[in-house]
Amino acid sequence: MDKVRIRYNLNGTDYENYIDPRLSLTDLLRGDAHKHTSVKKGCEVGECGACTVIIDGEAYNSCIYLAIWADGKRIRTLEGVTNPDGSLSDIQQAFVDEAAVQCGFCTPGFIMSSLVLLESGERCTTDEIRKRLSGNMCRCTGYENIIRAVEKTMNARLDAKGE
Amino acid sequence: MYDIDAIYEAKSVSDAVRLRQEHPRAVIIAGGSDVLIKIREGKLAGAELISIYKLDELRGVSMDEDGTLRILPLTSFSHITANALLREHIPVLCEAADVVGGPQVRNIGTIGGNISNGVTSADTASTLHAWDAEVELTGANGVRRLTMREYQVGAGRVDLHPDELLTAILIRRERYEGYFGRYIKYSMRAAMDIATLGCSANVRLSPDRCRIEDMRLAFGVAAPTAIRAHSAEAAARGAAVCGATVDACAAAALQDVSPRTSWRASKEFRLQLTRELTRRALKDAIIRAGGEL
Repeated sequence: MDKVRIRYNLNGTDYENYIDPRLSLTDLLRGDAHKHTSVKKGCEVGECGACTVIIDGEAYNSCIYLAIWADGKRIRTLEGVTNPDGSLSDIQQAFVDEAAVQCGFCTPGFIMSSLVLLESGERCTTDEIRKRLSGNMCRCTGYENIIRAVEKTMNARLDAKGE
Repeated sequence: MYDIDAIYEAKSVSDAVRLRQEHPRAVIIAGGSDVLIKIREGKLAGAELISIYKLDELRGVSMDEDGTLRILPLTSFSHITANALLREHIPVLCEAADVVGGPQVRNIGTIGGNISNGVTSADTASTLHAWDAEVELTGANGVRRLTMREYQVGAGRVDLHPDELLTAILIRRERYEGYFGRYIKYSMRAAMDIATLGCSANVRLSPDRCRIEDMRLAFGVAAPTAIRAHSAEAAARGAAVCGATVDACAAAALQDVSPRTSWRASKEFRLQLTRELTRRALKDAIIRAGGEL
């Protein structure tokens, strides 16, 4: 199949790539072009959220997003969340501190969904946090620690801003 | 990698119509949250696709000069929920769009795709049906308008000609002005689940709020397509705002539905839900309209 040219910004860097139009965005991000393996292949049908990335500020399951649609978009993955010096960002550290990680497979997806919530600047109730994270599945933790980590980071960010 | 034979990216609505004519076997893909899953499952493996996802001209909500709300089909569920015009005039549609799947699905899924799959469980289909929405279809010979009832011809089938594209969903001013609604989705999980039954009601009360001037009621998963409950609507029209009216409508609704037993739920359970959800949705709609029960 003829390759299609796409241009996109990934974690702050512009790229131009010729891709097979049958690729999902998960395939593109995990493949040789980027090797961004934080984007997990879980269910591959948009149910588990392990492949969640942020596109133009909204969370998407990259497994059911055609890579050709990324043309002109700004994409963020967990690789762009870690601080430039390699240290963990506040939400990542909170996941560690709250033991919100067991096997870790769902963690990148959860953090990307959490970031959309955190960057909205809203102070969400626990129920609202649960709803905002309801597209991500965790088969280990039972969710409680994950929700605590998100709540803690949300409150810390808003308190720091004096809101 | 998806098992796709060919993918044609439409550059405009007219380009999509041309692609439809050139590739009669091709399937339209909007957000893809149904089409790509069918390809993955094998049901649509080897399909030719016409992608309309990048047609930003088909996104957004506006109001025509005569007050008709014009919802463009590629508007995502989350954008339907957040839309200021809809929140002002038909907040119940915002609520219905907000209970579809989960957050990521609501960002990719489109309202046009939801009603064009012809699936009875589509959360926005029953609500649009309850608001007497119409669809605008654009083809090689111009534009057609159909009601929701005409558009949904059967399970998984809509009346879309081989050269056509859904280009707008319309709700006229007289259909929403003064009406207040409520949508209730019953499902086993609060997220990432499909409705066991969906019930969408809206009412317009008399100025003294003691009488129901008009009521419209629609169900999802109560028949092969989303349906209107005409017996229940007749029972409400002109009746006093009281518990007995609500109960009478709930009983009448049973005559309008023909649910089936599936692995999700039995026919008997769906009948019970028909009655109970009608009661709850109608009550809430009346209270939202300022009525007292």
